[in-house]
Amino acid sequence: MESLKSIEELRTLRANLKKNTDNSSRKTVKVCCGTACSAMGARKVVSAFEERAADSRKDIEVIKTGCQGLCQKGPVLMVEPHGYFYQKVSHTRVREILSKTISADAPVRRLLYRESVSDDPIEKMDEIPFYEKQVRMVLRNNGLIDPCNIYHYIARDGYSAVEKILADMSPEEVLNEIKESGLRGRGGAGFPTGEKWEVARNAPGRIKLVIANGDEGDPGAFMDRSLMEGDPQSILEGMIICAYTVGASYGFIYVRHEYPLAVKNLRVAIRQAEQLGLLGDNILGTGFSFTVDIREGAGAFVCGEETALISSIEGERGFPRPRPPYPAISGLWEMPTVINNVETLSQIPLIILKGAEYYRSIGTETSPGTKVFALTGKVVNTGLIEVPMGITLREIIFDIGGGIIGGKRFKAVQTGGPSGGCLSEEHLDLPVDFDSLAEVGSMMGSGGMVVMDEDNCMLDIAKFFLSFTQKESCGKCPPCRIGTYQMLQILEKITSGYGEEGDIDRLEAIGNIVKKGSLCGLGQTAPNPVLSTIRHFREEYEEHINDKICKANVCTGIGVYRIEGSECFLCGLCKEVCAHDAVKETITGFYIETDYCTKCKACYTICPVKAVKIGKEVLPWVIPEQCEGCSDCVDACIVHGLKMYKTSKEGIFLPWLEDPDICVSCGKCAAVCATGGIILTIHTEDAKERFLHKRPLGLKVDEKEPPDTCEEEAAEQTGTNATDNEATTR
Amino acid sequence: MDMDRIDLDSEIGRIGAHIGAQDRRRGLLIPLLHKIQEDYGYLSGEALERLSKKLEMPLSEIYSVASFYHQFYFTPRGRKIVRVCMGTACHVRGAGKLLDNLQQRFNVGIGETTEDMAMTLETVGCVGCCGLAPVITVNEDILGEAGSKNLELLLESIEEDQG
Ligand SMILES: Cc1cc2nc3c(=O)[nH]c(=O)nc-3n(C[C@H](O)[C@H](O)[C@H](O)COP(=O)(O)O)c2cc1C
Ligand code: SF4
Ligand code: SF4
Ligand code: FES
Ligand code: FES
Repeated sequence: MESLKSIEELRTLRANLKKNTDNSSRKTVKVCCGTACSAMGARKVVSAFEERAADSRKDIEVIKTGCQGLCQKGPVLMVEPHGYFYQKVSHTRVREILSKTISADAPVRRLLYRESVSDDPIEKMDEIPFYEKQVRMVLRNNGLIDPCNIYHYIARDGYSAVEKILADMSPEEVLNEIKESGLRGRGGAGFPTGEKWEVARNAPGRIKLVIANGDEGDPGAFMDRSLMEGDPQSILEGMIICAYTVGASYGFIYVRHEYPLAVKNLRVAIRQAEQLGLLGDNILGTGFSFTVDIREGAGAFVCGEETALISSIEGERGFPRPRPPYPAISGLWEMPTVINNVETLSQIPLIILKGAEYYRSIGTETSPGTKVFALTGKVVNTGLIEVPMGITLREIIFDIGGGIIGGKRFKAVQTGGPSGGCLSEEHLDLPVDFDSLAEVGSMMGSGGMVVMDEDNCMLDIAKFFLSFTQKESCGKCPPCRIGTYQMLQILEKITSGYGEEGDIDRLEAIGNIVKKGSLCGLGQTAPNPVLSTIRHFREEYEEHINDKICKANVCTGIGVYRIEGSECFLCGLCKEVCAHDAVKETITGFYIETDYCTKCKACYTICPVKAVKIGKEVLPWVIPEQCEGCSDCVDACIVHGLKMYKTSKEGIFLPWLEDPDICVSCGKCAAVCATGGIILTIHTEDAKERFLHKRPLGLKVDEKEPPDTCEEEAAEQTGTNATDNEATTR
Repeated sequence: MDMDRIDLDSEIGRIGAHIGAQDRRRGLLIPLLHKIQEDYGYLSGEALERLSKKLEMPLSEIYSVASFYHQFYFTPRGRKIVRVCMGTACHVRGAGKLLDNLQQRFNVGIGETTEDMAMTLETVGCVGCCGLAPVITVNEDILGEAGSKNLELLLESIEEDQG
């Protein structure tokens, strides 16, 4: 790689590179080697291509790209010039691709994307619904180029923006263009980038710095990772433009240590840019100098916060610092420092090249441009997506994401990770931008988007995020350190069935104190997941507290467990798995002894036919008008809890549960009844009382006559022994 | 790592020319801790003492900084580092149960190492392939859809290692 001495040389290089790619008749296979695809065996696919192509002397180029987006269907690859997009490619299919697509230019049909097995295949990437609504600006190169080859980047107009500003734009002009574009930071808070740059530009100081924030710590997000892995040069280019604008001469990229591939690709990118003379002293012979170093984090979420990040680079514990002074005035080593998210920076070259006006034409008035999201959770297509701001949640979840898995019901979507909140069905048509999300108590955040269905419990999600922030709180501010802990304790209490009246108010009160009394963004937003779920899913909190049930059956330790006899097919797994010996067996079925049950959910999880039910306590209820007195239910009862009783009306007998405590709610009585004369239902305390006084609705059980008289008949009918019956009754 | 061979002035990068000697040394603390850990697998007391001499920084300061960050370890770790992803997507798809399973099967707590040093069990935030949730990483490798057969294979390989 020879160093470029002038802007002219860069232009010539690009022109040559473009000519070469245009004229090349070589077929190209672009194999996604992003994290997800690699985990599914993409590297094996690459080596299979390389080996087999060499064997069969086929002249193909194999490019290892970054994430192409549709991670769930990995490994994915694209063959050019045809543009065929293959998914779930195993290395054993490589031979077929070579013989069909490379030699005969025909698609391998079974590898094409299909909406479902019975749908027609879709040949090209951009015809797939997942990609159709996307606008790829930040991800313009992701998945198309080899991130470790700077020439690929340059051939796709890379470094044209640097060329443009160095050739004919003054720093003021660049600054105006960025301000004009309305670009807002993608790191979470949405601060206008132009303004930040202006402050740093005007700040006094000989040496100024630029930091790219790639610390992505949101537990459900991988946009920044994919960008750093898939298109690192675009981040460098953004940093160079920023440095030129604010007059900075040194830069750092702060990367999360848990992202080794990102670190590696960024290192390669920096080395190549240095070799080409795009970084270092006297860039392209213009006299402008800028160098970039990498700093790795060490696993502290709070270090994504800009002032904590500065502490960390300085070699301190990662404590945030009070602002002002803002880093743009006094940052790293007290030098004016611009800190931008990597996604923000990678948009900069595009704005310079295409102009602020073009940029503003995408997205909304107050939030122009696009946003990359990591779409995950219970959607059909999970992966990396980029959409124009202002798109609705519905479009993202149903058009791009393909709806909820298994046709279940959509329940909520969580945006903004641990700082954000859960939105419900009523918000599906909400435009996604910084301001609309904030209005309903959530946040754009860095771009994690987790979709939840009816099987997810909102309290569980709130607890999940809160326990994350509670663990990650640096401990400097008591409201954050202690408040999050207290809130977690309350949530813990509610979800294990000990919720009390007033808990919701307590959560809200503490949440507001934590928000007000915390120094940094972590504490200021930590209560959001709880507060937003209270706001939008209050009834779910109430159910947990008042009724002691979790409708989604997620929380353990809450609800009453029973085995539905009509569904149970007597496999006995529940009895085997119960560590507390709470599953008992009778001659006709299994039941759960509630006194022993710890509500651990082991039986619920293991039951192959979902016959274990969790909910409120249910008991049989006799409807005298429907009952024909056949006593089938008495025979069916697995604990012999039912007996036939004589009622006040001559000749009419009804089944009756003498002691509600014996009933194990197996439901067999209701299942065998042909006329609907006995059903299983939730009883009020009042109704339970009535049981004990043997007063069925409408008819009175004869109280004067002791039940023994009917017991004889019952025994006669059922063929069971009366004394036996009595024993169980007691 | 040969502590003596490290040249503090070049290691910090070009910014070193503009900051004081003390800032330079401090700025190298975390990168050097990473280096030590890469070489030895953990931060041994002996290595930290040498670092303290090299950076002319009290040992207590070094411990103070290192203990803030979750990725620094002060005890030796197992041959296989098994990390269960506790990210949102994996949580939603049952990572908790998976973690319980592993804990029971190997009788270790989170952050602990089996007695024979075969494996260390840890948790990690999203590793970036939520599409494959639940996800486990084993050293540098990623194991997707770990609820199933994949997991059995992993467990067997660890158990074999345990002998
Ligand atoms: C707890 C916390 C964590 C953060 N984590 C990140 C992060 O991982 N990446 C990031 O770019 N910004 C993160 N931020 C935001 C940064 O403080 C800062 O606002 C951002 O990097 C500025 O860049 P932008 O203007 O381009 O958005 C975090 C903020 C807080 C309070
Ligand atoms: S709000 Fe929390 S994380 Fe932020 S500085 Fe205070 S204690 Fe630390
Ligand atoms: S929930 Fe647990 S304790 Fe209760 S019956 Fe089922 S397995 Fe036994
Ligand atoms: S990693 Fe291959 S598509 Fe995302
Ligand atoms: S949440 Fe586990 S990989 Fe993202």
